[in-house]
Amino acid sequence: MKTLLLGNAAVARGLYEAGCGAVSSYPGTPSTEITEEAAKFEEIYCEWAPNEKVAMEVALGASIGGTRSLCAMKHVGLNVAADPLFTASYTGVSAGMVIAVADDPGMHSSQNEQDSRHYAAASKLPMLEPADSAECKAFTKLAFELSERFDTPVLLRLSTRVSHSQSIVELAEREEPAPVPYQKNTPKYVMMPGFAKKKHVVVEERTRKLAEYADTAPINEEILGDTRLGIITSGAAYQYAREALGDSASYLKLGMVHPLPEEKIRHFAGQVEKLVVIEELDDVIETFVKKLGVPVQGKELFPWIGEISQNMVADRLRGIRPETTALEEELPVRPPVMCAGCPHRGMFYTLAKNKVTVLGDIGCYTLGASAPLSAMDTTICMGASISGLHGFNKVRGKESEQRSVAVIGDSTFMHSGMTGLANISYNGGNSTVIILDNSITGMTGHQQNPTTGYNIKGEPAAKISLEKVCEAVGIRRVSVVDPYDLKEFDRVLKEELAAEEPSVIISRRPCALLKYVKHAPAYRVESDRCKACKACMKLGCPAISIKEGKAVIDGTQCVGCGLCKGLCGFGAIEE
Amino acid sequence: MNTTKNMMIVGVGGQGTLLASRVLGNALLQQGYDVKVSEVHGMSQRGGSVVTYVRYGEKVYSPIVDEGQADIILAFEQLEAARWLHDLKPGGKLIVNTQQIDPMPVVTGTASYPAGLMEKIRAKGVDLTALDALSLAEQAGSSKAVNIVLIGVLSCYLDFPKEVWARALEECVPPKFLEINQKAFELGRSCKGE
Repeated sequence: MKTLLLGNAAVARGLYEAGCGAVSSYPGTPSTEITEEAAKFEEIYCEWAPNEKVAMEVALGASIGGTRSLCAMKHVGLNVAADPLFTASYTGVSAGMVIAVADDPGMHSSQNEQDSRHYAAASKLPMLEPADSAECKAFTKLAFELSERFDTPVLLRLSTRVSHSQSIVELAEREEPAPVPYQKNTPKYVMMPGFAKKKHVVVEERTRKLAEYADTAPINEEILGDTRLGIITSGAAYQYAREALGDSASYLKLGMVHPLPEEKIRHFAGQVEKLVVIEELDDVIETFVKKLGVPVQGKELFPWIGEISQNMVADRLRGIRPETTALEEELPVRPPVMCAGCPHRGMFYTLAKNKVTVLGDIGCYTLGASAPLSAMDTTICMGASISGLHGFNKVRGKESEQRSVAVIGDSTFMHSGMTGLANISYNGGNSTVIILDNSITGMTGHQQNPTTGYNIKGEPAAKISLEKVCEAVGIRRVSVVDPYDLKEFDRVLKEELAAEEPSVIISRRPCALLKYVKHAPAYRVESDRCKACKACMKLGCPAISIKEGKAVIDGTQCVGCGLCKGLCGFGAIEE
Repeated sequence: MNTTKNMMIVGVGGQGTLLASRVLGNALLQQGYDVKVSEVHGMSQRGGSVVTYVRYGEKVYSPIVDEGQADIILAFEQLEAARWLHDLKPGGKLIVNTQQIDPMPVVTGTASYPAGLMEKIRAKGVDLTALDALSLAEQAGSSKAVNIVLIGVLSCYLDFPKEVWARALEECVPPKFLEINQKAFELGRSCKGE
């Protein structure tokens, strides 16, 4: 049967067909749907782990336990999981283990643009890179075979355009590989120096064998057209190149991007007059080709930054530019915004009003940095709000402690905020941390987490109490506030900032987009009473605008949170 | 020669462009084409400018539609139509829902919503169909059905049998909302716009 599948759903289908039995991941755009789709198969045990390091260790444990396993993450998630990654390379696997990592060239939904191929080289692991959904499925299955054949975890590199494009996939039946019986094997799995030294030799030997395999692998494919121009490429970049150049060029399409196939590259280079590497982000393939002494062009034609496209290929290699139509005037931009009724809004409004320095974190609430709230000073990586605030306050002293906060979501706190909080407590910090508990992992599209009380399948699960975690790490001042209650939030914020010891404020209200959240009737503006003072506009609510000099509330968007009513000094906003 | 057809669905995060692209993709698959549908998830979805690329033909390579390549752009909102206009192929078709949704710079007063966008676009010689899809959606029973009203309009420009669209709706729309969406599709299909 043929069907249209997202690249991520095709990876999940590949897991199913390959007989994968365990998946552990942390959500992150553009990788999230791999695990969500895998969870729809009853045959696969799936879970959301608190972070990517945990997820990778769970997957490795499942592999050692004898069942094919996977963990999926976005590119920055692999930084978190880098610790197990490098040593899993030494232990190898029992049943096959695949690590799916989705890069985000163009930073559609990320804080940086790192190229995960460097991790394959650094950890000495093979990496496959599919270019469409059919390959997502096929390469996932191949990755399990290679994992078992070469005794290694295998990286599957995706990118936004592959993960989030639907294309046609032919479905097949599931194979059921027999579980591998567990056998204690200390030299293989206990990586203390005596054993690890021996394993490093094995790893180098494996890399040599994998390089030999790369030279014979059918997924490193020569596609010959006009041989005056030869293109070496992989993943989405291959699609752009083929689209732009068609049969007017020849291609070496690399399905395996680490290790790279030396002989195949030499052979291809020998057949074409001019050789160009087209790759997004860094010059990984180009550097390798140059090291072989083969003349090649790459980054002098294509950018280090952002995505490539078919027009860019046509322009850089053929000098062809499209004919376009556009309006002359500059159009207002439309950045993403916090939704109407978002519980984070009231909190950011209060922080902005109090002119507090805000060390932020990763999630929907990063949007608090945008105008008009503009209530964020830093956003680095998962968990950096809390630990960063501790360092910030330690060097700046009491005055800073009384006017700075960390802001972190419930899921991000579980991911890597807890350790930062323990550090504040242990090292005698006096910082104020606000945990935004909206009962869900929001930005990635509503995934459950250890604080929500439900697992990935929506079944009841242990619900970790944020209050108790904070108390357990030594925070004595823990308060819970409803961010819709602006007066109370303001009072608690002032009190906790003034306190002479560390405190946590839990800003608790479920995400307004959650299905079970009942919305109040929409508010409206009594325009006779509206003095156009724009006090309500300070909230940055997408449901409120000024039309013909008066505030207007869009009833289709308003969820009746009532924040604007509380700010109107003229009683112009009514239910 | 490359015979791949290019379509774009553009709008504001939350307007239901993803469902529209799924219905379209389903119809194209039924017609036996190679199809690619490229979506945007994550950060941009939160009320930001969103675009979905739909490409079909004998063999489709790139998942995206690039500048000057779209045969048809289906715009869910006026400003978004203007924003993505440079992707329209010369002679391409632009279908616009005349709804206006203020972006945050307009809401906060640092920019104003451009006036007379449809007239300006038409003055460029663009083959434009503009309609009030929101009213038609409300007429069908839900303001949320704007996406399917617009798919109904789009269906007039794609020569597929009616049954294909009917099946695509049945397979993509939750049963609870099917009737409203069928009505929305019909209203869109029978609307000629201005």
